[in-house]
Amino acid sequence: MEDFFLYTAVVLTIIIAIPLIRVVKGPTLFDRLLATNAIATKTIVLICLTGYVFGRIDMFIDITLAYAILGFLGSLVVAKYLTSYKIRRQREQEQSS
Amino acid sequence: MIQISFSILFIILGIAFILMGSIGILRLPDFYSRSHAASKSDTLGVMFVIGGLIIYEGFTQSSLKLLFIILFIALSNPIGTHALARAALKKGIKPVLYNRSTEEEKK
Repeated sequence: MEDFFLYTAVVLTIIIAIPLIRVVKGPTLFDRLLATNAIATKTIVLICLTGYVFGRIDMFIDITLAYAILGFLGSLVVAKYLTSYKIRRQREQEQSS
Repeated sequence: MIQISFSILFIILGIAFILMGSIGILRLPDFYSRSHAASKSDTLGVMFVIGGLIIYEGFTQSSLKLLFIILFIALSNPIGTHALARAALKKGIKPVLYNRSTEEEKK
C-alpha cells in the first residue's frame, strides 16, 4: 500500500506542474494568484501522502494543518490588500498628479 | 480488504478531479471561468483523496485530524477564490462574454 501512495504522490507532483504554467504565463495578476492558491491546495494532499509514505502520519498531519491555514491566509490577505481603500486612493492620487 | 479497495477507489477518483481542475486552470479563456475550475473541482478532489486516507486509517486520532482538514478546506477554498474574484471585479477585469449593450439596456 505504501507503493500506491508513493506513485500517487509522483502523479500529484506532475499535476502540480500544470498550474505553474499559468503562474508564469498568466495575463493578469489575479490569474497568478489563483494558480498559486490552487498549488497550495494540492500541496496539502501531497504532504498527507508523504506522511503515509514515511509511515509518520501523526507528525505530518500537524504540518498539513499549519500549511492549510498559511495558504488560506496568504491568498485572502493579498486579495484584501489589492481592494483596500488606501491603495486605491494612493493610485488615484498618482494618476491625477 | 474491502477497506483498502474503497480507499484506492476514492484516491483515484480524487486524483482524476484534481487533474481536471488543473487542466481547466490552464485551458479556460478568462479569469472568472478559471476561478470556477480552480475552486470547485479542486475542493472536491482534495476531499475525495483525504476521505480515502481516512478510510485507510480507520478510527484513530490522525483520522480525526484528517476530518478537520476536510472541513477546513471545504470552508477555506471557496472563500479564498471568492475573495480573489471579488477583488478582480473591483479592479475592473471584464468577463470574456461581457457585452456593453446589455448594461446600457439595464440603465
